[in-house]
Amino acid sequence: MSQTFKIRKGYDIKLMGRASSEDLGQYNAPTYAVSPLDFPGITPKLAVKAGSKVLAGDTLFFDKDRPEVKICAPVSGEVAEIKRGAKRKILAVLLLADSETSYAKHGAFDLKNGDRNAAAAHFSNTGVGAFITTRPYGVAASMNEQPRDIFVNGIQSGPLNGDLATQLAFKGEAVQAAISALTLMTTGKVFVSQDADLPEVTELQGLHGASYIKFSGRHPKGLVGTQIAKVAPINKGEVVWTVNAIDLPTIGRAFLSGEYAPEYKVAITGSKSTNTGYMTMIQGVNLKDFTSKHIDSENTRLIAGDVLTGTQVASDGFLSFGKAQLTAIPEGNQTEFFGWVLPGFGKFSTNRAFWGWLFPNREYDLNTNMHGEERAFVVSGEYEKFIPMDIFPQQLLRSILIRDIEKMEQLGIYEVVPEDFAIAEVACTSKLPLQQIVRDGLNDLRKEMM
Amino acid sequence: MKFVQNIFDKTRPLVEKDGKRNILYPLHNALETMAFVPDHTTHSGAHVRDAIDLKRTMVTVIFAMVPALLFGMWNIGRLHFAAIGEEATLFDSFLFGALKMLPLITVTYAAGLGVEIFFSWKRNHPVNEGFLVSGLLIPMIMPVDTPLWMVAVSTIFAVLIGKEVFGGTGMNLLNPALTARAFAFFAYPTWMSGDQVWVNTTGGETVDGYSGATALGDLATTTGLGLDDPATDAVMAQFGVGGDYSLMNAFFGLIPGSIGETSAFLILLGGLYLVFKGVGSWKIMLSFFIGGFVMAGIFNLFAVNEFMGLNPLHQLMLGGFMFGMVFMATDPVSAAQTETGKYIYGFLAGFFGIMIRVFNPAYPEGIMLAILFMNVMAPLIDYYVVEANIKRRAKRIVNA
Repeated sequence: MSQTFKIRKGYDIKLMGRASSEDLGQYNAPTYAVSPLDFPGITPKLAVKAGSKVLAGDTLFFDKDRPEVKICAPVSGEVAEIKRGAKRKILAVLLLADSETSYAKHGAFDLKNGDRNAAAAHFSNTGVGAFITTRPYGVAASMNEQPRDIFVNGIQSGPLNGDLATQLAFKGEAVQAAISALTLMTTGKVFVSQDADLPEVTELQGLHGASYIKFSGRHPKGLVGTQIAKVAPINKGEVVWTVNAIDLPTIGRAFLSGEYAPEYKVAITGSKSTNTGYMTMIQGVNLKDFTSKHIDSENTRLIAGDVLTGTQVASDGFLSFGKAQLTAIPEGNQTEFFGWVLPGFGKFSTNRAFWGWLFPNREYDLNTNMHGEERAFVVSGEYEKFIPMDIFPQQLLRSILIRDIEKMEQLGIYEVVPEDFAIAEVACTSKLPLQQIVRDGLNDLRKEMM
Repeated sequence: MKFVQNIFDKTRPLVEKDGKRNILYPLHNALETMAFVPDHTTHSGAHVRDAIDLKRTMVTVIFAMVPALLFGMWNIGRLHFAAIGEEATLFDSFLFGALKMLPLITVTYAAGLGVEIFFSWKRNHPVNEGFLVSGLLIPMIMPVDTPLWMVAVSTIFAVLIGKEVFGGTGMNLLNPALTARAFAFFAYPTWMSGDQVWVNTTGGETVDGYSGATALGDLATTTGLGLDDPATDAVMAQFGVGGDYSLMNAFFGLIPGSIGETSAFLILLGGLYLVFKGVGSWKIMLSFFIGGFVMAGIFNLFAVNEFMGLNPLHQLMLGGFMFGMVFMATDPVSAAQTETGKYIYGFLAGFFGIMIRVFNPAYPEGIMLAILFMNVMAPLIDYYVVEANIKRRAKRIVNA
C-alpha cells in the first residue's frame, strides 16, 4: 500500500491557456542547440569543435571537475558553431541536423544481469545520466555518487503543466526499463510519486522496483523537494537523486536499445499560444518556425517550462534541456496608474490585500510585470505558507545573504533547491529574487565542500 | 494619464545622476512609483508575480487606521467644547479636531520623509514605504497640544536612531512610531502626561468640575490607598455605569487620551480589517489581548488597591492597550518573525504592558514601554524558536 500525503501549504496559480488535448503532430527544425547554461554546477569542457560530425548520443561537452557527467547530442549532424559569450564562456553548441537521425551505438544493456558499475557507465556514456539531479545542490548527478534513495517525480502540478498521462502514453516498456536501471544505482529505494487527485497514469502503474508514494492537495505537491521532505528528509552528508517521470522513456530507451533520443510530447500552453495542445519535439530544437505558427509573438515572453521555474527563450531560440512544456504569456512592460491603491478586483494575489480573492477559481491572464520595486524583508510569515517543509525559509535566506555556511547547514539548505522557493518568490511582497538567492547559496556551499 | 507621465519624464534629467538636483532623485522616484506602478518585468526566477507590494501593504494599514483617526479628530473637538462649556455640533467638533490634527500629520510626514529621503540619496536606494504608516501613527499617539517642533524632533529622532542607523525599513529593531513617542515622553514629560495636555482648553474658561485627566491618570491617584478606601469613591464612581470612564465610554472612545488611541471599538474594526486582509498578524493581536487579560485578571484576584481591582476587560479598554495591540505590536519588522514566536511575543507584550501600567503609575504609557521592550526581546524569542528547529534537524542525523 502506498501512503498518501496531503499538502495543505502552497498555492495553485490558475492561468489561462491550459493545453488542450489536441495532438499538434511532430515538429522538426534544421538546427538544434545544447546549452551548458541549462546545467547549473557544470563547468563545460568541449568534446567537439565546429565542423565535427556527431551522432545522436555522442558527447558534446562534459563537466571539467567530474568528467563522467556528459551531455550528448540530441540529433545527428554537424556542429555548426560554438556560441561564446564574455570571457569565451560557452553559451551553446549549435548543431545542423541530418535529415535522418543516426544514433551512436552504445548497445543494449542487460538489465537482468547488469551490475552497478556497468549501469553507471551506461548512464554516463549514453547521456541520460544528465537527467538525474542530485541533492544537495540541485546539480546534474555524478554516477560515482552513492545515493541514499532515488525519487522519481510523477506529479506535474505547476501552473499549466501538461498532463503526464498524455505525455507518457504508450511508453510503458521504456518506463519500466528506466526504473530497473535506477534500482541498480542505489541500495535504498526508488520512490515513484503519484498525484492522488488525478486519474492514475497507466504507464507508471505496477512498476517493478518502485515504491509508490501519493500526494494530494496544492502545488508544490509536484515538486520533488516537497515529496522528499514528507517521506524522508535529506540530512547533512546524504545524497538523494531525483528524476522527472517525463524523462523516464528517454532513459529507458537508452538502456533497451542504446539510443539517446530525447523526444517529448511538449505541452504548448499560455494565453499567448494560438494553438494549445501537445507537440512532439526533440530537445534542443530551434523554435523559430514553431513560434511564427503557434504563438502570438506581439510583446510575448516565451518560457521553456512553467512560469515558476522555466527559462526564458527567445522567439527564435531553442527548447531547453529537460523541458516538456512551453508557456507563452504577455510581457508586462507597461506602467499602471495608481495600481497599488485601487481595489484590484481583477488582480492576482495570493493573499487578500486585493479584492481578486473574491473569485478563487478565476483563471488569470498574468503578465511578467513585477508589480512593484524590490525592498528589504519586511513582512514575516509569508514564505512559510508556500513551503511545506520543516524549515524557516526567511531565516535560511538571511543566512545565505550573509554567507554564513554553518547557519545555512543548520537551517536545512541541504533539503532545498531553488524551485522550492518559487511560489514564495511569486508571493513575496518585497519582490526579492528568492530562487537566485538559494542558487547562490547552494553554489557557495558546494564550492566550500569541494 | 499621459500628462502626469510627461511631467515625470521632463523632470527626470534634472534629478538623475549628473543632474543639478540629484538629491531630489529619491523623492522623484518615490512620487513616480506612487503615481505609476513601474513597468519593470521579471528577469530572474518566477516569471509572474503577485500584485502585492510594500506600498499596498502599507496603504492597507493606513486604511485600517482611518476610522480611529477620524474619530480621534472629532473626540478632540468634543472634549474641547465640553471643557469650555460651549455647545458644538458634530461638524464643529470634527472641524476643530481636524484643524488640530492636520498640522501634526503634515509636520510628522515632512520631518520623517525629509530624513528618509536624505538617507535614500546617501545610500542610493529608493525611499521605503515604511514611513507612510509611521508618519500617521506618530500624530495619533501624541497628546493634542504637543508643540509641532516637539513632534518634529521626536520624529527625526525616531527615524534616525530608531530606523536609519540600523539600515532603514526592514532592518530596525524598534518600532519607529513608538520610539518617537518614547523619546517625547522622556524628553518632554510635562507635555506628555499629567492632566493638562489631553484636552485643548484655549479660547475659554473651563467649566466647573472639569479635570482634564485621563482615566489612567485618575486611577493612578488611587494606588496609595487601600481597596474600598472612601477616598477613592469619587474616582471609582467615574468607572461605574454612567460615569465618564464607564466601560461603554471606554470601549467607544468617549474619553480623553492620545488622539487616535481612545476608541477601542474603531481600533478593533481596523484590526479586523488588517487580519482579514492578511496584513496584520492575528496571532500577535490575540496573544497580546490574552496576555493583558491574564495580567489584569491576576491583579484583579489579588487586588490591594482600586487600580489593580479594576475589571480586567475595562482595564484593557483604557490607555493605549488596544491601539498598541492592533497597530504597534503587529509591526512585522520589530515583532517576532517566527509563527511560534509571535504568540510568545504578543502574550508577553500585553502581559508586561498591564504590569508596568499598574505597578508604576508614573508610567501610564506601560503599553508603549512593554512593546518596545518586547521589540528588543523579539530576536531572542526567534532565536530559541529557530534553535528548536535546528536541534530537531540535528537529531535526525543522530537517529538515522
